[in-house]
Amino acid sequence: MSETSEQNLSLNPENSGKEVAIASQFQLTWWAFKRHKIAIIALWVIGIMYLLAIFAEFVAPDNPFKQNRRAVYHPPQMLHFIDTSEEGRHIRPYFWKMKRERDPETLAVTYVKSGEKIYLRLFGKGPEYKFWGLWETNIKLFATEKPREKFFLFGADRMGRDMFSRVLYGTRISMSIGLVGVVISLVLGVTLGGISGYFGGRVDAVIQRLIEFVLSLPTIPIWLALAASLPPSWPIYKQYFVITLIVSLVGWTELGRVVRGRFLAMKNDDFVVAARLDGASESRIIFRHMLPSLTSHIIASLTLAIPLMILAETGLSFLGFGLTPPAISWGVLLKEAQNIISISQAPWLFIPGGFVVLAVLSFNFLGDGMRDAADPYGH
Amino acid sequence: MRQTLMDTDTSPILQVQNLNLGFNMRQGMVNVLHGISFDLHRGKTTCVVGESGSGKSITARAILNMVPRPGTINSGQILFNPDGSGQINLTSLDPRGKPIRKIRGGRIGMIFQEPMSSLSPIHTIGNQITEVIQLHRNVDKKTARQMAIAALAQVEIPKPEKAVDRYAFEYSGGMRQRAMIAMALSCQPDVLIADEPTTALDVTTQAEILDLMKSLQRELDTAIMFITHDMGVVAEIADEVVVMEKGHVVEKGNIHQVYNAPQHVYTKKLLTAVKRLNQPASTKVRPCTQAQNILQIRDLSLRFEKKEGFFQRITDVTKAVDGVSFDLKEGESLGIVGESGSGKTTLGRCIARVYDPNSGVINYKGQDLMQANASALRETRKRMRMIFQDPFASLNPRMTVKQIIAEPLIINKLANLAELEEIVSTILSQVGLDPNMMERYPHAFSGGQRQRIVIARAIALKPELIIADEPTSALDVSIRTQVLDLLLQLQAEMGLSFIFISHDMAVIRYFCDRVAVMYRGQIVEIGETEQIITSPQHPYTKALLSSVPIPDPTLRGTRQRHRYEPDS
Repeated sequence: MSETSEQNLSLNPENSGKEVAIASQFQLTWWAFKRHKIAIIALWVIGIMYLLAIFAEFVAPDNPFKQNRRAVYHPPQMLHFIDTSEEGRHIRPYFWKMKRERDPETLAVTYVKSGEKIYLRLFGKGPEYKFWGLWETNIKLFATEKPREKFFLFGADRMGRDMFSRVLYGTRISMSIGLVGVVISLVLGVTLGGISGYFGGRVDAVIQRLIEFVLSLPTIPIWLALAASLPPSWPIYKQYFVITLIVSLVGWTELGRVVRGRFLAMKNDDFVVAARLDGASESRIIFRHMLPSLTSHIIASLTLAIPLMILAETGLSFLGFGLTPPAISWGVLLKEAQNIISISQAPWLFIPGGFVVLAVLSFNFLGDGMRDAADPYGH
Repeated sequence: MRQTLMDTDTSPILQVQNLNLGFNMRQGMVNVLHGISFDLHRGKTTCVVGESGSGKSITARAILNMVPRPGTINSGQILFNPDGSGQINLTSLDPRGKPIRKIRGGRIGMIFQEPMSSLSPIHTIGNQITEVIQLHRNVDKKTARQMAIAALAQVEIPKPEKAVDRYAFEYSGGMRQRAMIAMALSCQPDVLIADEPTTALDVTTQAEILDLMKSLQRELDTAIMFITHDMGVVAEIADEVVVMEKGHVVEKGNIHQVYNAPQHVYTKKLLTAVKRLNQPASTKVRPCTQAQNILQIRDLSLRFEKKEGFFQRITDVTKAVDGVSFDLKEGESLGIVGESGSGKTTLGRCIARVYDPNSGVINYKGQDLMQANASALRETRKRMRMIFQDPFASLNPRMTVKQIIAEPLIINKLANLAELEEIVSTILSQVGLDPNMMERYPHAFSGGQRQRIVIARAIALKPELIIADEPTSALDVSIRTQVLDLLLQLQAEMGLSFIFISHDMAVIRYFCDRVAVMYRGQIVEIGETEQIITSPQHPYTKALLSSVPIPDPTLRGTRQRHRYEPDS
C-alpha cells in the first residue's frame, strides 16, 4: 500500500508495526495504563489488600476476638529479620519478648524488653481456626516457634486483642461489603441510563425525572432511619448489607446520567447508523456496538465508586450507625480510637485509619489511571 | 516604505534554514521535520502544500516559536528580517519572552483553519481585535476601536460600525474567517501565516476569501505563507510553491515552474491527481440507454421543527428537504452537489430512511419505501447501502476488520461461520486490501484504507444502489482518485447505481453521469454532468461553478466570478 498510515506514530512506537495493528481495545488500554506509574503501584496495593482480606484467617496470627488480659495496650513490636548471635548472622525473623511491669508509683502498666528472643517460622502452628468456615486447621502463614508466646505487630487494644489480626479481618469486611452495592448501582445505572439515552422521548423524560427525584432525597437521614428500622434480630452483617443495597438504589443516578449522555451522543455516530442500516436489531446495536465503547469508562467509574463505599462504611461505623461490635471493620476499629486516652497512650489504634487512607488513595489513583487509559484513541 | 537599501526587494523577509524538529517521546526522539528550508518574500504568497501529516502546520508553529510540547526544535534557524536592517533568529528567542510576543500578532499574524474555534465566543469581535491592537500599538481604547472598525471595513464586512459589537456566533462561517483576517492584519504585520484558512468553508465562500486575501496583499505588501492541501487553491493564489512530504521539502520554486515542469515524483503525483479530477473518468461505464429506473423520488420533504417551552410549541421550521423529485436509472451515478446546509446529506439519509421524511414518494423498484414496514425496509436495505463521509467515525473501533465486514452477513444470515473468512477475504481483495489484514483493528489503517473497509462493508451484501455521502472529502487528493477509481471499477463489475453526494464539483465531474444542484433544500438544476458544467442555467449553479479553483496557474484571472444572492 502506498498509503501506509503515519497516524500510528501517535499510538505507541514501542509496540510498533504488526502488534499495534492487531491490538484489541483491551490491549491498547493496558499499554496506555502501564505508562501510568502511580496507577500501577495503586493496583499492586489494592491487589495485596484483597489478597490479605481473602486469606485473613490464614495470615492473622491470632483470633481477633481473643482477649488477653496480660497484654492490654501492648505496644507494637518490631519485627527483626537478621539474627546476630554467637554463631554468626542468619536471616531468621524474631521479636524481642516483652515483659509486663507496673510502675511502683503511678501503677501504670509498661512493657519492657526482656532480652529473650521469640523466633517466627513460616507455616507454623497457631491457634485452631476454621479456614473460610470450611475446614479446621491450625497452620498459619507465620507463627511463633512456641505456640504459647504471642506477638503484636500492630500492638493490642484495651482488651489485649491483637490489632494486626483485627485489621486484617476489618479489611475483609470494609473492602467487600460495599462491592455488592457498587455492582447494583452499575447494573441499574447502565440499564436505565442506556434506555434513557437510546430511546429518548417520553421514556427519557420519565427516567430523568426519576433521577432528579432520587437525587433530591437526603441520603444520610434515610440511611439512619433505615438502620433504626431494620429488625434487630438480624445479624449485624445482614443489616448493614441491606443498608448498602438501599444506598446503591440512590448511587446509580450519577452513572445513569453519564451513560445516558454517552448513548445520546453515540446513537447518531456513523458506525451506529451503519449497524442499523445493516439490519441489526436494537439489542445487537446496544450490546455489540455501543456498550463495548463504554466498558472502559464504566470500569473507571466503578473503581471510583468503591472508595466512596469504603468511606461511607467507615464514617457510619465510626459514628456508631453502621456496623457495631462484635463486627470488625475499619470504622469499628477506629471507633475504639475516639477518645483522648488512645491518642496519648495507644496511638497504634489509629493504624486502621492509615489503611482507610491507603485504600481510598489507591482506588482513586487506579481509577484515574484507568480513566486516562480508557480512551487510547484520544489525543 | 521602510526599505532603504537597493537589494532589500530581493532579500527574503523570512528564511527558514535547515529546520529540524522532533517530538521527544518516551521511546526517544521522533523526527517530524527533516532539515527543511524555504524563504518568504514581501508581497509574495508562498504556498506550502502537502498531505495531512506532512508537517505543514508544525512548520507554521515553529515560525511563531509556539511548538506544542513535547516538540522541540533540534537545529536550524528561522531568520526574520522585517526592515532589512538586521536579522532576528526566532528559534533562539525564549518562547514565553517579550521579544517573541511582540513579533507574534504584531509582526507575524496568523489565521487558523477553523474560524469558530479560533474566535472567543464570549467577547465581541471588536473587543478581540482591539485587544490585539492595544497589545502591539501604543494607542488608547477609542483609537483602537476606530482601527478595529477600519480593519473590518477593509475585509469587506458590511456595516462595520455595527458588526464590531457582534459576537462570533452571530457571524456566518465566511464572515468569521474575514473577522479572523481582520484581526491578523489589524497590526499590519510583515508576514501573514494562513493555516488552511479556506478548508472549512464552502467553495463559494472560499473563492471570496481568496479574492480578499489577494487584494489585501496588494494593498499592504505583506508576505503570505499559505498552508493548504488543495492544488487548485495553490494554482489560484501562489507565487512560490513549497511541496512537503513526510517532513521533507521535496520541491520548491516558482508556481509556473512547479506546475508546468514538476521535478519530484510526489509533486507529479499530486498534480496528476488534481488534473485527472478536472475531467470525466476515462474508465467510466455509462448506463445503457434503455435502462430501467431503479429509484423514483417524488416531492420528498422533510421539515425539522424546533419546539420550545413547556407545551412544545413549534417556534421554527427548517425545510431541510423541500419537495425534491428525481429519477435514477440502473447503473447510473447521480451526483448531488451543494454547499453545507443545502440539505444534500439529509436527502441521502431520507432515501435510506435513516430519517423519516414528512411527505413524498420513494419508489424503489416499484415499492414505496415511505409505506414500507420494518421488515420490508430491512429487505430493501440489503440492496441499498450507504457509505459515510468520515472513515474514522463510521467504523466501530472495537471490532476487527473481519468482524466489521462480516457483520451485515451475520445479521442477515447470508453466510455460515465456516464460509465467513473466505467471503471476507474475497471482498477485501475486491477493494484492494490485503486479506491478511482482516484480524487488524481500524486504528491500524490510514484514512484511504479505512474508506476501502467502509466500501467493503457496503458491497458485502451485493447491493444494487449505493448512497455515498461525501465519501472522498475526508481524504487527501492523491488518495481521493484511488477511492473514486475503486468505486468506478466496482460499478462496472457489479452494475451498481450511485447517489453520490459531494460539495466538490471536480469529484462529481469525475464520477457522475448526471448531477443535481441543491440549494436550500431544493434541486435548482438537474441534468447531464458535462452539460451543466459547460452551460449552467441557474444563477446559483453559475456562482458555484465560477468559484471552483482552476488547477492551472496560467488561467488565473481569466474567469469572471458570479455571485448568487437570492432576495430572501
